[in-house]
Amino acid sequence: MDIQLKRGLLDICVLAAIKSKDSYGYQIIKDMNPYIKMSESTLYTILKRLETADMLTVRTAEHGGRLRKYYRITGQGLKRIEDFKDEWKEIMAIYQFVTKEDEENE
Amino acid sequence: MNKNEFLEELRKGLSGLPQDDIEERLTFYSEMIDDRMEEGLSQEEAVAEIGSVKDIVSQIMSEIPLSRIVKEKVKPKRALRAWEIVLLALGSPIWISLLIAALAIVFSVYVVLWSVIICLWAAGLGIAGGSLGGILSAVIFTIQGNFLQGAAVLGATLVCAGIFILWFFICQQTLKGILLLTKKLALGFKYLFVGKEKE
Repeated sequence: MDIQLKRGLLDICVLAAIKSKDSYGYQIIKDMNPYIKMSESTLYTILKRLETADMLTVRTAEHGGRLRKYYRITGQGLKRIEDFKDEWKEIMAIYQFVTKEDEENE
Repeated sequence: MNKNEFLEELRKGLSGLPQDDIEERLTFYSEMIDDRMEEGLSQEEAVAEIGSVKDIVSQIMSEIPLSRIVKEKVKPKRALRAWEIVLLALGSPIWISLLIAALAIVFSVYVVLWSVIICLWAAGLGIAGGSLGGILSAVIFTIQGNFLQGAAVLGATLVCAGIFILWFFICQQTLKGILLLTKKLALGFKYLFVGKEKE
């Protein structure tokens, strides 16, 4: 996939991965893995960026005798996902336009 | 490589970044390794899945803005003493001019690289202009009835146009190469600041 396109999608995917319940780093990577591959350092950068943008909050909790960071989506984060859905409709319209000639040729 | 070795190497690679930033990243990777081990991987397997320290460090370095690294490097480790401030002020004619010289060198490297690009494209433009002029004169010769001269000029024009097409690809490749080079240079400057603490 085009690297610019992927970069934009990764933020949304991370938000989607923590949308229904709080999650942690490795779980996020595992949940996204079937759809989009991402390295640890990329995830770290994205989580930092989303935290700075107030789209998620971080808390540290004990798990099996060690500490683990959990990420929770905020109202802003949920709004970002909704915005993305609207944007996607525009992209789908563009897709229709791009593939129109292919259909006509068939 | 076990977990501790991995984290130690990563710490070495990242030295030069702000201390709390390093700690936070190390905690992050430590958690990633622990979570993989919890799923049944051995320590070595878990570390191997994370990837090589070298790749991780170079990815982090390319993502972090240069300004942040420089800011961390110029931040004094302790408060300056009065005589140090006096020395800094007295020495300013020297170190400020040295700093300006250093910046000028960096700037001139970029100027030289871009001059190469501009020269190549200008030459290309010249050849293209020559081809157009050639076509025009060939037409004029033909109208005037000098068919032989017209044919000769047309032949030269075709050669010219051929060279232009070849030249265009050379320009394109050089541009690509120089863009890559400037990117590497920027990364090199970063390492210049980060690398010193490695020893």
